[in-house]
Amino acid sequence: MIDSFYLAWRYIVFNRVKTITLVLCISLISFLPFSLKILLKESEHQLMSRAITTPLLVGAKGNSLDLVMNSLYFSKEKPDFISMKAVEKVMDSYLALPIPLYTRFHARKYPIVGTTLDYFEFRQHNIADGRSFAMLGEAVIGVDVATQLNLKVGDSLLSSPENLFDLAGVYPLKMTVTGVLKKTNSVDDKAVFVDLKTTWVIQGLGHGHQDVKTIQDSSDVLSQSDKLVTTSTKIKQYTEINLDNLDSFHFHGDPSIYPLTAIIAIPQDDKSATILRGRYLSEQKNKQIVRPKRVIEDLLGNIFQIKEFIDAVVFIVAIAMVLAIFLVFSLSFRLRQKEINTILHLGCSRGTVVQLIAAEILIIAIFSGLLCFSSLLVLQNFQGEIVHKLFIS
Amino acid sequence: MYGIDGFHLSIPQLKFEDAEKVAIIGPSGSGKTTLLKLISGIIQPQYGSISIEDTVISQLSDAERRDYRISNIGFIFQDFELLDYLNVQDNILHPFRITKALKIDVQTKARVEALSQEMGIANKLNRLVNHLSQGEKQRAAICRAMITTPKLILADEATGNLDPRNKTKILDALFRSTDKNNATLIAVTHDHELLDRFDRIIDFKQFCEGEGI
Repeated sequence: MIDSFYLAWRYIVFNRVKTITLVLCISLISFLPFSLKILLKESEHQLMSRAITTPLLVGAKGNSLDLVMNSLYFSKEKPDFISMKAVEKVMDSYLALPIPLYTRFHARKYPIVGTTLDYFEFRQHNIADGRSFAMLGEAVIGVDVATQLNLKVGDSLLSSPENLFDLAGVYPLKMTVTGVLKKTNSVDDKAVFVDLKTTWVIQGLGHGHQDVKTIQDSSDVLSQSDKLVTTSTKIKQYTEINLDNLDSFHFHGDPSIYPLTAIIAIPQDDKSATILRGRYLSEQKNKQIVRPKRVIEDLLGNIFQIKEFIDAVVFIVAIAMVLAIFLVFSLSFRLRQKEINTILHLGCSRGTVVQLIAAEILIIAIFSGLLCFSSLLVLQNFQGEIVHKLFIS
Repeated sequence: MYGIDGFHLSIPQLKFEDAEKVAIIGPSGSGKTTLLKLISGIIQPQYGSISIEDTVISQLSDAERRDYRISNIGFIFQDFELLDYLNVQDNILHPFRITKALKIDVQTKARVEALSQEMGIANKLNRLVNHLSQGEKQRAAICRAMITTPKLILADEATGNLDPRNKTKILDALFRSTDKNNATLIAVTHDHELLDRFDRIIDFKQFCEGEGI
């Protein structure tokens, strides 16, 4: 038996290109259905686990999937904005606790989530290091953000401008990291959390600048009345919020129309949830209330339909591949007929010839299995990120 | 007697002596190779029997014939029939790796060394056979045939693919090796210039015409 494996091994090593091609083909065709299964299971887990724990979402009327994906997974597709009035409306109903979300901006590639401290309580997140945000310009970061950007409590993080060429648009705000979340194994590990008002500062709805009363150069003051002072652009605008300039930060306009992307509504009970949903269905023309679980179930239904189709395709390809491999082996043995005859003439039994061939097939199968298994292990290690990239972001 | 698909070989009686060197000549298709296959037990006669010393080959079972062949008969082919994916040493040891009847031990390895030394390919043992000359390949094939120290060597046009200079050299090596083991050599050949070196010549043309031997 050992001799059979030795001879088979020598043959395989000698024909290494053919062997590697065969091993790759077999591994790939075995890897495909398993990898698909792993990814779909992980996507189902990731999508459902967060959707189940989020009872209701209020957002602008439109694509409910975009609303859910953006609010739960901070995906790049942004739903239309709603205003702070919507938060007040939920609050005034006494049917649910509203947690506002504003996910328009990014810091480096990580989403900035403007929210309230209720969000951490709702998601049962704990701070691993530092404390929650307490004032404008402070940020709590997910553990992956801290690791990837090498940030710790006390460090600063700049928000990314939305458009490099928009000179009058959003300016970067230097935020101070006050806390790092414990690992949550969710997208929150890859997010930067700030107070809702901080996101409005990033947007330019609120700002801080040099006190106009202390301007030395009178030419900087263009006009002045009891209520309004108009200054030139030379006046210093703050791009960082700290204790020294915190008081100078202020907001313009009506705060009730400030934008949000969504509201997580946590109803008192099932009855409250039903009543709230009923109100939105009957009263709100430009807003919608959705149950994330239902939306994700619909999405998964579609994904699994696609999976069934892919399974069928993989099955057909697998049959074709098996036939091709059978053809390769049978042609190979036909080419080796002279060699087999020689072995038989020397005194080898047909059983031993079969054993030699079986050893070759077994070695190729073992290598293919190992390659497939190790690829699946690698996939399992990165399944979270792959699923996030494929199905979520 | 043996016959298949219109081919018919009938040999009333044929006897080879110990350590005899016999050349078999004759036109293509006259049954020279068939005779070697019958002697080695690869094919069975339909009538009559074949014996080597006290063993009646034609009465052995398939497995017994294979074991007998691999242990007692050395085969040398015209196209060498070496395996290109094995190096020279593995080719020589090949008979040991394809049967349970033989085991590789220290003596076997020493014999590989000695045989390769004798054939002048000791420095090529680790080379793949593709890297050998035609003459070296046939020497390796002779080593493979001799490794089991057989009492009978069957050579099927062993010098057919070699140039005249190599033919003489290979035949010298083959004769030297068979002499050393006191083995019987039955060689099918078309090289009439080498015939005078054999003890006996059997012409299958004459045999086919029914004159007998």
